Amino acid sequence: MQPKIELVCPAGSLPALKTAIDNGADCVYMGFRDDTNARNFTGLNFSFDNAKEGVRYAHAKGKKVLLALNTYPQADGWQRWTKAIDNAAELGMDAVILADPGLMQYAAKTHPGLRLHLSVQGSATNYEAINFYHEMFGIQRAVVPRVLALAQVEQLMAGTKVEIELFGFGGLCVMVEGRCALSSYATGDSPNTRGVCSPPKAVRWQETPKGLESRLNGILIDRYSADEKTGYPTLCKGRFDVEGETYYAIEEPTSLNTLELLPELVRMGIAAIKIEGRQRSPAYVEQVTKVWRQAIDSCLRDAGAFAVKPAWMTALGKVSEGQQQTLGAYYRPWK
Amino acid sequence: MKHGNSKMKLALGPVLYYWDRDTMLGFYEEMADAPVDIIYLGETVCSRRHLLRLQDYLDIAQRLAAAGKEVVISTQTLIESEYDIKTLHKIAGNGNFRVEANDMGAVRLLANKAPFVAGSTLNIYNPQTLDLLAGLGAMRWVMPVEMSREALVSVLRERQSGIETEVFAYGRLPLAFSARCFTARHHNLQKDDCQFKCLDYEDGLALKTREGQPFLTLNGIQTQSALVHNLIGELDKLQDAGVDVVRVSPQAHHTGEILGLFRECMGQHLTPEQALSQIEGMMPAASCNGYWYGRPGLDFVRNDNSTATA
Repeated sequence: MQPKIELVCPAGSLPALKTAIDNGADCVYMGFRDDTNARNFTGLNFSFDNAKEGVRYAHAKGKKVLLALNTYPQADGWQRWTKAIDNAAELGMDAVILADPGLMQYAAKTHPGLRLHLSVQGSATNYEAINFYHEMFGIQRAVVPRVLALAQVEQLMAGTKVEIELFGFGGLCVMVEGRCALSSYATGDSPNTRGVCSPPKAVRWQETPKGLESRLNGILIDRYSADEKTGYPTLCKGRFDVEGETYYAIEEPTSLNTLELLPELVRMGIAAIKIEGRQRSPAYVEQVTKVWRQAIDSCLRDAGAFAVKPAWMTALGKVSEGQQQTLGAYYRPWK
Repeated sequence: MKHGNSKMKLALGPVLYYWDRDTMLGFYEEMADAPVDIIYLGETVCSRRHLLRLQDYLDIAQRLAAAGKEVVISTQTLIESEYDIKTLHKIAGNGNFRVEANDMGAVRLLANKAPFVAGSTLNIYNPQTLDLLAGLGAMRWVMPVEMSREALVSVLRERQSGIETEVFAYGRLPLAFSARCFTARHHNLQKDDCQFKCLDYEDGLALKTREGQPFLTLNGIQTQSALVHNLIGELDKLQDAGVDVVRVSPQAHHTGEILGLFRECMGQHLTPEQALSQIEGMMPAASCNGYWYGRPGLDFVRNDNSTATA
């Protein structure tokens, strides 16, 4: 059988969706314009009508659209999430990406034909957990948290029939997704409850005699000297003091880039590679989609001869956070 | 055994830190006589911590059960390796003690087999998911640490099942889990060769901002709050909300006395103000309780509703 690996690209807006499709995405993923998805940012995401146009555009070109409904429904807003599931079914979404078991149960009962993917926010890092969601709700694909080494992913795949999707490029969560409340501890809002991490409304930049400071709800996340490049104050990527030493105590401001692992991912039978970044511009989506399309095609033609082109790395480097890249946990010594 | 007027039970959470073997054995010897109803035990953070093996925990469990405690074995939160899965199977099939499932993989092994406790990292945020887990055999759930009183009340109002509710009411909050070990990273060591540095930090390793504000606590692959989540001043509201079990998380010193204060406060032998002032000297850091009020977790709200950010 011809090996295949789907390229799943982020669509934070209709222009980004069209850009991704035009540049070679096999699938795009999107969210509605509220807290039902984990990129709940002002000015981002889709109304029902926008989503309809997005689905039309993608399907006309033979591509798929996935809808992220990957926050945890809060007790007072249950209908907002079930309505989103109903809308996904009506729009003809190719799958919904879910984290909450209660919502999966609703989707499986109400729309048995709707394909379910387990979101990375579901924190499934082992085959027992993935099989739980498969047996209970019939999920057909799981997106695995960015914490496993490749050898662990391979072991996981040996224990389940569910397709596995991995993050290939973009912002790097150092914590297990779905099991991180750092943002609500500092600001009150978290990915699980509000679909945001280190929300913009809590960010303040201040020029001080000691340097430019970034604060999150008043907490000093980082301070930059004049010659340093600044970054968004995601709270796990600041410089802190541990036993008198100031450093990136949790994680450097860096992007995940697994381009060089591509032949290995194809050999393992990974179903899809996900590009992070629904909050990023269409220009980012264009650059990243183009490079990954070329790389995947080259790898599928001849994995043995596959080599990462310097031009690809340069192009991806330009759009990386802090212009640094890492293999993350896939490369074991990172841990 | 009845304790004063409160119907709520008092629980001791698993030890989240890495203490040496003698310290652990001595700690649980003391807990056998402590005024606590339920004791959770087991390694929930890191599989490299090996000074106590599962069999040791089961032996301690026997001892505590003989002393009249309800004992629950807690599973590891982040299950990654084949070794982790094997341990999970052993715990789920122990045949003797109730299990707290801290990952859906554990739920799969326990569902429809034995009544279990649904741990706080299962992310139960709504009555539909709560009822689903109750239907699979969960007899108790621990609400997510970031959940507010208001959210809890609306979950409990709409749920169908009669499942017990437990709240993390005292201790540094377990906020995040990672594949990376931040304690090893601090010592420029790889996780596979961590030299068990966690043994040096009995209450975790302090992370401060560059202006000295205590912010987080590094505990191996777990990240905790720097401040101590403390609901001893809120016990009446916990009971009114429908909470059945109040959890105290172990710390290196004074855990027995803290349990005593919770017990006295639940029995109304101490007022919340008295309890708060007595507990202060026993805490490794200042109090926070913002989550309970639907605010940033690090806030502290006094019962009279005046607010201060710690």
